Amino acid sequence: MSKKNTRTKFITKDILRSSVKGAFWKLSPKYMMKNPVMFVVEIGFFITVFLTIAPGIFGGDSNRIYNGLVALILFITVLFANFAESVAEGRGKAQADSLKKTKKDTKAHLLMKNGEEKEINASELKKGDIVIVRINEVIPNDGEVIEGVASVDESAITGESAPVTREAGGDFSSVTGGTTVVSDWLKIRITSEPGKSFLDKMIALVEGASRQKTPNEIALNTLLVGLTIIFLIVAVTLYCFADYSGVAIPVATMIALLVCLIPTTIGGLLSAIGIAGMDRVTRFNVIAMSGKAVEACGDVDTMILDKTGTITYGNRLAADFIPVKGKSKEDLVDYSVMTSLCDGTPEGKSVVELGNAEGTRIVPEAASQMQFIEFTAQTKMSGVDLKDGTEIRKGAYDAIKNYVVDNGGEVPKDLEGIITKISGLGGTPLVVCVDNVIYGVIYLKDTVKPGLVERFERLREIGIKTIMCTGDNPLTAATIAKEAGVDGFIAECKPEDKIKEIKKEQSEGKIVAMTGDGTNDAPALAQADVGLAMNSGTSAAKEAANMVDLDSDPTKILEVVEIGKQLLITRGSLTTFSVANDVAKYFAIIPAMFTMVLPQMNILNIMNLQTPSSAILSALIFNAIIIPCLIPIAMKGVKYKPMRSEKMLLKNMGIYGAGGIIVPFIGIKIIDMIVAPLLGIIGL
Amino acid sequence: MLQIVVTLAIYMALVIPVGIYMYHIAAKKKTFADPVFNRVDNGIYKLCRINREGMNWKQYALHLLMTNAVMVFAGYLILRLQGLLFLNPNGIEGMESTLSFNTIISFMTNTNLQHYSGESGLSYLSQTLVIIFMMFTSAASGYAACMAFSRGFAGGRKDVGNFYEDMIRITTRILIPVSIIGGLLLIWQGVPENFIPNLTIETIEGKFQDLAMGPVAALEIIKHLGTNGGGFFGANSTTPFENPTILSDMIELYSMMLLPGACVITFGKMIHAKKQKEKNKNATMAVAKKAVFGSQGRTIFAAMAVLFLVGLTICFVSESAGNPILEQAGLNQDMGSMEGKEVRFGIAQSALFTTTTTSFTTGTVNNMHDTLTPLGGMVPLLHMMLNCVFGGKGVGLMNMIMYVILAVFLCGLMIGRTPEYLGKKIEGREMKLAALVLIVHPLLILGFSALAVVTSAGLEGITNPGFHGLTQVLYEYSSSAANNGSGFEGLADNTYFWNITAGLAMFFGRYIAIVAQLAIAGSMLAKRKMNETIGTLRTDNTIFVLILVFVVYIFAALTFFPALALGPIAEHLTLWMS
Repeated sequence: MSKKNTRTKFITKDILRSSVKGAFWKLSPKYMMKNPVMFVVEIGFFITVFLTIAPGIFGGDSNRIYNGLVALILFITVLFANFAESVAEGRGKAQADSLKKTKKDTKAHLLMKNGEEKEINASELKKGDIVIVRINEVIPNDGEVIEGVASVDESAITGESAPVTREAGGDFSSVTGGTTVVSDWLKIRITSEPGKSFLDKMIALVEGASRQKTPNEIALNTLLVGLTIIFLIVAVTLYCFADYSGVAIPVATMIALLVCLIPTTIGGLLSAIGIAGMDRVTRFNVIAMSGKAVEACGDVDTMILDKTGTITYGNRLAADFIPVKGKSKEDLVDYSVMTSLCDGTPEGKSVVELGNAEGTRIVPEAASQMQFIEFTAQTKMSGVDLKDGTEIRKGAYDAIKNYVVDNGGEVPKDLEGIITKISGLGGTPLVVCVDNVIYGVIYLKDTVKPGLVERFERLREIGIKTIMCTGDNPLTAATIAKEAGVDGFIAECKPEDKIKEIKKEQSEGKIVAMTGDGTNDAPALAQADVGLAMNSGTSAAKEAANMVDLDSDPTKILEVVEIGKQLLITRGSLTTFSVANDVAKYFAIIPAMFTMVLPQMNILNIMNLQTPSSAILSALIFNAIIIPCLIPIAMKGVKYKPMRSEKMLLKNMGIYGAGGIIVPFIGIKIIDMIVAPLLGIIGL
Repeated sequence: MLQIVVTLAIYMALVIPVGIYMYHIAAKKKTFADPVFNRVDNGIYKLCRINREGMNWKQYALHLLMTNAVMVFAGYLILRLQGLLFLNPNGIEGMESTLSFNTIISFMTNTNLQHYSGESGLSYLSQTLVIIFMMFTSAASGYAACMAFSRGFAGGRKDVGNFYEDMIRITTRILIPVSIIGGLLLIWQGVPENFIPNLTIETIEGKFQDLAMGPVAALEIIKHLGTNGGGFFGANSTTPFENPTILSDMIELYSMMLLPGACVITFGKMIHAKKQKEKNKNATMAVAKKAVFGSQGRTIFAAMAVLFLVGLTICFVSESAGNPILEQAGLNQDMGSMEGKEVRFGIAQSALFTTTTTSFTTGTVNNMHDTLTPLGGMVPLLHMMLNCVFGGKGVGLMNMIMYVILAVFLCGLMIGRTPEYLGKKIEGREMKLAALVLIVHPLLILGFSALAVVTSAGLEGITNPGFHGLTQVLYEYSSSAANNGSGFEGLADNTYFWNITAGLAMFFGRYIAIVAQLAIAGSMLAKRKMNETIGTLRTDNTIFVLILVFVVYIFAALTFFPALALGPIAEHLTLWMS
């Protein structure tokens, strides 16, 4: 699994440079219009610039320096917001660039109808064309293997250095453009149009080019626009009320008030949060086809997980040694270990491991004294021959039984019982014999991946139900389900059972997530609200899913769900923080506006800010610098630990709601202490 | 203090059974009075040829608007022509056109803002056929909208109900019977009910005085029961003829508090019943859990109650504190600020009535709000700006749900889920409509107030200079936009400018909100119901009550604080700190 990207610093020199440039590029009003909150700030900036050039433009005389300072701070506010977005995009771009490198203009060997080969550019390939790719050539586009077997290096896309086998037919027939054939040759039917390959899509996605606003972003944006309109009404009408009360408020101050009140913090960070959320998923080597899919992850109620590969390793590992009557366990352990010393299969390794744990007397060096007999489909057993001619074997019950009987031995009476019991539990029995004497049975079973039990426990705590799908019989399934701690299971599961289960859950209003790789999984992946396909899977599965895991690790769905939740929490927390900030800003600005005429109003100046202009500018400066201060949170997301919804709500409300009220009081006061003397020097 | 506590305790005892009864009416469940009312209603349905099919939200809103429009035109004609019509023993002239416009909008929108004085401006025919009639129908319209809204949120059906059925059922089953009983009680307390001309009486000082007469009791009871608030006389419930004793005061108080609170209970019970039905469908054993409130309704009721009690406390404390300037002038303020209050009610009942009339958006007054202390007067002003502290019949609940949507949106995100309320996702469309409702209210209040203080036509109406004048203006438009109708008074408001602007504020304040809210209900109804797990945001616990209260205060404070700072707060500071 590639972790190379997950631990990079969140901002590099390159990203910084391009982001600063991006911050200026995005100042274009045409671009700013897309973000109404920041657009209002930009308009405020233009007006204050006018006021700096011509202070008397709205009648009365206003202070040119003051207007200039307001204009400057507004300009910086907009820049900060643009910068935040650029940083988020920059991180995606950096990844896209490395992908683009793989997308060199390759040559393809097109196989014509008459059987002739023709070399053309990969970009000229059309869907349905058949190409031939030989060793050390790059696969020109996504396709399906129709002939041949070859090792393919997919590290360009997955970061996984070990080559994988691709062959015609079955679940391993799909190949991705940009990957390299490292052995033999493949005949491939191209399945995607030029420019629409998986690699192209990935580049577009991580670049953010094909980013569409998600439904939740749209709703939140509506709320922000609504707030902006309300505060616009507040500011304009306050101007009239102040005028009626005999207070002439400078236009620049009104703009300062407006900008402080509208939710610039979240307005400036909203798109950055969305891009960063997608990016976090990408860094996890999961490609999300849309932001909507990541968001839906946060709402998942039910997860449908395949047993093999997701919950268990899929390999059967030794779990116990059961001697037959009259044989000691020690002997059984020793002989079992001996048969497996040279056995490189996972089963064999696990027998040695378990034997060591049981305290076997056999040392690994003993292997040199033996001759290893490999497992074959004919013999159905493996083992060793010792120098003294002793033959030790382990293998399937029938094979060993025949072997022992053929050599004149007897089958112990209790063996059958042990075998039935193990099979009943879903395990695989391996019988061990020395020459014609049966010593006992190695109990092999499917092992649940470590840490999963706790993880399912955590999921249950946040209300996510897990359902395990397996082709095993109900008894076996129940054993594993109990061991893993999943909430339900479907035994003897056929692909259509998965769809049925998904539909059933959905009819109860649940959001369902599932992982899958085979072609048969494609309809279920499409039916599920969140479908995570494995990159090793067929292209049909990848088409149907809304996420693809490049590392083909199905357990990742758990993390993706957490990232989805984290994205939503970040959005909600920063919105709450932004709105809560306004309370302190009122206490800074309102007294500053009116104390000149109504000295008693100074009682509202609870921060004891020094001068009215320092109070207003301090609030405005706070409003600007809080944006870059929060960029790290926007990029990384707020900390997320699964916990009960009430507890989480209280915690986040405490940090971002109460914190949002308190922090600006402190921040504005500190800024005022710095700014007031400086303003005194320039005579404000 | 004690009398306030006792009064509110009795209210709780009254509102619960009424809420349950109202739920039975809305959900067409059996009630004890069905044998009588079913016949009456069926007669009306037959007579009016009412199609009793369920309507979608658009049809419902359209029928509501059209019915209201017909009543507006008929009422307008009567007001204009009252001088020529019968039942006019005092020979009152037809009403001026902008005043008629203002009055008719005022009563149709359940506002009851009065730019006229009843005793000199309306004939008995207008009082009964326009004023009392509209007090019934506007209340029933608000109630009907609220029931359709609640059905949309409760879900589990295709339509939001039938407007005419809702309107008729509430009128025949609650408004008319309670009005008859309450009216008789008021007559017993001494409120006049007759059609005789005004009496001219020689007082003991040998001077002559006119005593206004008319069908006062009939108007008085529906005025409160329907959260209308428009008095028969200009002085409203301060006059002994409208509100003679402390008992009549209590009757009026309870009748205005009853139905808005009951609407919340009805809402809660509807949601509860739907949930119960779903549970029973899944469970093999049908266990009907009885609930007084329904947990969702209880949260909203509790949040409203907290807001109400906070306001009441501020009002009571600042009225009890009296006026420091009068104290300096040698006037004892131990009784509190009694200026503009009736001695028979005192500070406690005046503060309670003031807070109630503006929270429940009735608009009736038993003391003059213009003479409240600055902070005491800020409470009624603020509660109209919030417009969701119980609020008018039905609409208060609907407004509160807008804040609930807002709270749910923020809280839902903060626990890592896309926001949902009652199992339905809150998405762009709902947010757009909720934002519209939340924008319209401050736009009307602040926008028109700003217009008034920058135009000479507006400035002419302000009779008090300075901060108090601004408070007067804000109060007028808050009262209009919130469809409250109480007057701060002291504003010379029977002019073209004030009649028209206040009329528009009332009109938009009522109908934009109702239509948008019905649209939200319609879109919630159409949504797929989400599953509820322990990961779902809970909206029926104490935490949510507190968050909801905070959201209401923060949003209202952010919107109205600058205006309030220049009005009542500035006035308070000048009063106490100079």
